Amino acid sequence: MAELSVDPYVDLYARRTSGMSASEVRALFSVAARPDVVSFAGGMPYVQALPSDHLQEVVAAVLRERADVALQYGGGQGARTLRERLAMLMAEEATPADPEDIVVTTGAQQALDLLGKVLIDPGDEIAVEAPAYVGALSAFSAYEPRFVQIELDEQGMIVEQLEEALLRGSRPKFVYTVPNFHNPAGVTMSRERREQLVALCREARIPIVEDNPYGLLRFEGQGEPTLRSLDPENVVYLGTVSKVFAPGVRVGWAVAEPGLLQRLVLAKEAGDLCGSNLTMLITERYLEGDRWRRVLEDLVGTYRRRRDAMLAALEQHFPSDASWTRPAGGFYVWATVPSYVDTQALLAAAVERRVAYVPGTAFYPDGRGRDRMRLAYCYPAEERTQEGIRRLGELLADEEELFRSMSR
Amino acid sequence: MSEVAVLAGGWAPEREVSLRSGHRIVSALRSRGFDAFLLDPAERPLVETLSTARVSACYVALHGKDGEDGTVQRVLDLLDVPYTGSPPFSCQVTFDKVLAKEALEAAGVATPAWATVQAAALRDLAGGPILEHVARHVGLPAVVKPSRAGSAMGLSFVEREADLPNAVMGALSYSEAAVVERRVVGREVAAGMIGSPDEPLPLVEIVPKSGVFDYASRYTAGATEYFAPARLPPEVVRACQEEAARAFRTLGLRDVSRADLMIDREGRPWVVDVNVSPGMTDTSLLPMAARAAGIEFPELCERVLRLALDRAVRH
Repeated sequence: MAELSVDPYVDLYARRTSGMSASEVRALFSVAARPDVVSFAGGMPYVQALPSDHLQEVVAAVLRERADVALQYGGGQGARTLRERLAMLMAEEATPADPEDIVVTTGAQQALDLLGKVLIDPGDEIAVEAPAYVGALSAFSAYEPRFVQIELDEQGMIVEQLEEALLRGSRPKFVYTVPNFHNPAGVTMSRERREQLVALCREARIPIVEDNPYGLLRFEGQGEPTLRSLDPENVVYLGTVSKVFAPGVRVGWAVAEPGLLQRLVLAKEAGDLCGSNLTMLITERYLEGDRWRRVLEDLVGTYRRRRDAMLAALEQHFPSDASWTRPAGGFYVWATVPSYVDTQALLAAAVERRVAYVPGTAFYPDGRGRDRMRLAYCYPAEERTQEGIRRLGELLADEEELFRSMSR
Repeated sequence: MSEVAVLAGGWAPEREVSLRSGHRIVSALRSRGFDAFLLDPAERPLVETLSTARVSACYVALHGKDGEDGTVQRVLDLLDVPYTGSPPFSCQVTFDKVLAKEALEAAGVATPAWATVQAAALRDLAGGPILEHVARHVGLPAVVKPSRAGSAMGLSFVEREADLPNAVMGALSYSEAAVVERRVVGREVAAGMIGSPDEPLPLVEIVPKSGVFDYASRYTAGATEYFAPARLPPEVVRACQEEAARAFRTLGLRDVSRADLMIDREGRPWVVDVNVSPGMTDTSLLPMAARAAGIEFPELCERVLRLALDRAVRH
């Protein structure tokens, strides 16, 4: 009698891969790609808005003038000239950074992985927001931490909860947060909370990892100071050009103190030797001069209109007992639906009605969030958003009817 | 030489699984000398492509709605293109668990006690009180599944009556009706056939590490252990194969199909599901059963395809 091995390596896999598995939700997303589906699922930047003639000129110039560098290996830290540009980008949010303290990574996502590799031993605690960016949870999970979950509200992370966790004896290796236009929650950490968090972590000697992909996508009001600007010594800062330029170039970065930075660079070199010089030079060139600012201004205007369209549509079509956040920037609205709705189960019906979202469970390490959904407004045009939210509202109304009929 | 179109993809929730099946079938058929190509109806118009290409037959590797419920089969009948698998009406009945269970029970095939909950009934007629009757009629623990969906999507297990409403609502997200079925506790096996119901393949025994053979257990390599042939006494094997064959015959299936059975503690087999377009991915059950019978994947695909080609000749 033969035990069939579907996968000859099955006994060889490391324990840390045990959480990686096929999922129904992922299968449904591939159906959500059909053109008649209004997808609020992916946080995809609207790259169509980038000026094509300008891009062609940027790429051509890189190949014309610097092909020998662009097509060659480079250093693990990334070219100094690009790091200077990235420091300049941080200055837009009044965040000081020395180009020497920057390592360029393959999107900020790689920086998350490197931080996990350099800082997390199996069983270590790390503190994350609840909900938290799903990509960070996946990146960290591979290093087998225990997640300490800190709730957030309209003001961002509830720092008192972190304080209580510390008092109970929790010793997280670091605190991970997205303070601006949170993914998925859409909220921004208030000035008071920022100061509280920075003070608490400094006192407890726990570094903060500040992930700030959306900071420059502000629609209204004044920005709050970055955590890094409040405490440069205790905050590791992660940035990306995915939202201000394009995710396809895969250029992100981390800013850290020299000791940690050195380890991050070594870990990066061990992983992939170096990033793509070609896309790094394209990015550097794109960020020269002032054109990128004008493009970004237009883009932010587009995102603002799309956000407005989504909020208006939610007001019009969602049930009165649903609630949602009102982001002042970024990509996401975080909606809470009545507790009898299971957004994971409902996704199939949603796709059937040609609308998609990400179920809330993706953003919690412990399976919570069944009554939440993340709605990304960045990609669909306003009329599509209006139509998509109408479909979703109709679906929720039908769920309500079904639920009421069951409780009758 | 004429071509073979492997139909895979589509817009059903099983799209990804279907594409995995389809790409493997294309390579397998090519390795056996066929001019095979993948035709994804979501990417290219089906009727136009089949009308212009010189296609001698279609290998149907679509899963889920449209592919398994008779829809694509009726289109192919209209175009007069021979295809692998069962005729439209058989597909339609088999894919719909409500109809299939009715048909199986009427024919005396052992299938666990069940009740159907239609969304319309909840909304317009009965309301919640019907669920108490469902629980009493079926007994707990129960398995709740959408009437029309594959790959264990929307499926959940219910131990306590209080959890029934949520499970039913989850299943109704996939389909207009939910089937609540008594859960048979015991061993799980798959019985495959190639050709006719009288040609059974060895049984494959399924031992999911998580305890339940859900979507993740099915499609994550290593999440489930399989034994082929199954570790069962010969008389139990025979009983399973006979029960499966009765199911295939009752539903009028041909060429290729797979029945999923539970064997209770007394060794009695119960048919819990029948598939007209069994998965052909690297973790799928039918290819394992075939391999246990000495039929490697390329030969399996060729044999199934030839059944369709032969029909065309006779036609």
